[in-house]
Amino acid sequence: MATEPIAEELAGSCVDSYGSAIGMPQLCFDWFPNQIFWLVITLVVIFLVLSRVALPRIAAILAERQGTITNDLAAAEDLKAKAVEAEEAYNKVLADARTEAQRIAAEARAEIQSGLDDAIAEADLEIAAKTAESEKAIADIRASALDSIQVVAKDTAAELVTALGGKADAKAIDSVVDAQTKG
Amino acid sequence: MATETTAAEGSSLVFHPMDQFIVKIPDFLGGGTDLQFYSITNVTIWLFFSVLAVVGLLVLSTSKRAIVPSRMQSVAELAYGFIYKMLEDICGKEGIKYFPYVMTLFMFIVTANFLGLIPTSFTTTSHFAVTIPLALAVFLTVTILGFVKNGAAFLGLFWVSSAPLALRPILAIIELISYFVRPVSHSIRLAGNVMAGHAVIKVFAGFAAIAVISPVSVLAITAMYGLEVLVAFIQAYVFTILTCVYLKDALHPSH
Repeated sequence: MATEPIAEELAGSCVDSYGSAIGMPQLCFDWFPNQIFWLVITLVVIFLVLSRVALPRIAAILAERQGTITNDLAAAEDLKAKAVEAEEAYNKVLADARTEAQRIAAEARAEIQSGLDDAIAEADLEIAAKTAESEKAIADIRASALDSIQVVAKDTAAELVTALGGKADAKAIDSVVDAQTKG
Repeated sequence: MATETTAAEGSSLVFHPMDQFIVKIPDFLGGGTDLQFYSITNVTIWLFFSVLAVVGLLVLSTSKRAIVPSRMQSVAELAYGFIYKMLEDICGKEGIKYFPYVMTLFMFIVTANFLGLIPTSFTTTSHFAVTIPLALAVFLTVTILGFVKNGAAFLGLFWVSSAPLALRPILAIIELISYFVRPVSHSIRLAGNVMAGHAVIKVFAGFAAIAVISPVSVLAITAMYGLEVLVAFIQAYVFTILTCVYLKDALHPSH
């Protein structure tokens, strides 16, 4: 916006003598060749820069990033598989240990059981021996008691017969007492 | 416009909303608006900044090739993925061949639009001289590619085989017209949107000279600026997605 009138020869058909636009500067065809010339140069430069440098580079960056992401995902998958494997191994070891423990416990139990059985058998034998001994003693005692009873009975019977005024027949008394004590 | 400005002279309220679009040789190079085609102008300078921005965004930011990207590298990757996916979704696998071309268009328009939002900068994409070649390039590419890839079958684009036979000639004319209107709408949409936003901001800025209105004016400029940031991206996006859609016609001309 010039405030001073400019020289007439400097003002073209599109600008008045004050430097202001006459109509739309967009429609000033005097300026078209200049604008188109520089536009073409600009576009060619931008096109060359983009197609030769910028776009291949950005494509490479994006591809590389995609590759990195894919690799990282694969590595993560790998690690996950390893973790699962480790857990399986751990579980296997745990199960082995458990069966081993059960086996040892069963063995110990069997050992104890057999020891116990031996002891019980021994004790049973001992008990049987003692029982037999006792029975023998009891039988002896009973036999001796029976003899004593016969002696006492014969004596008593003889005495009773004598006291009643009879004559003690030793043979008759023995047979009677024997018959009575047998039953 | 010239009569308006001369009428408004003398008062404090002078609008020159279109002056920001004047193409001129910058003062440090002599000044003036009488241009040769090779003259270095404000257009040249801001186109150059566009190139710098693209190089900075896509080349320098990715120079480390980091697996875990920095912020700028993320932006570059985001832009790459955005356009790549757009092209792949619309054109399929065969479209990927044209990715550098589509990416060039998108990156140029988006950087030029955003650079134009810097105060006192020059918006190259507000000029038909910039957007018409862009749109024409797309139009010619699509047309030539269509015939090279499909031969005469490319004309099937205009013959709507799913419509009743009686309607087809009429539809063919409509399709043909709409096909040739494409570069016009394609280029004017972009330049028009960008130019209108900048001009409106300039008009509001003119109102700021009046003390009573100036707070409203500043608020309005702020709101417009926010809208323009949106427009800067959306128009680049629209231009690119339409390019993809047109490219799809060349690759698969059947309806």
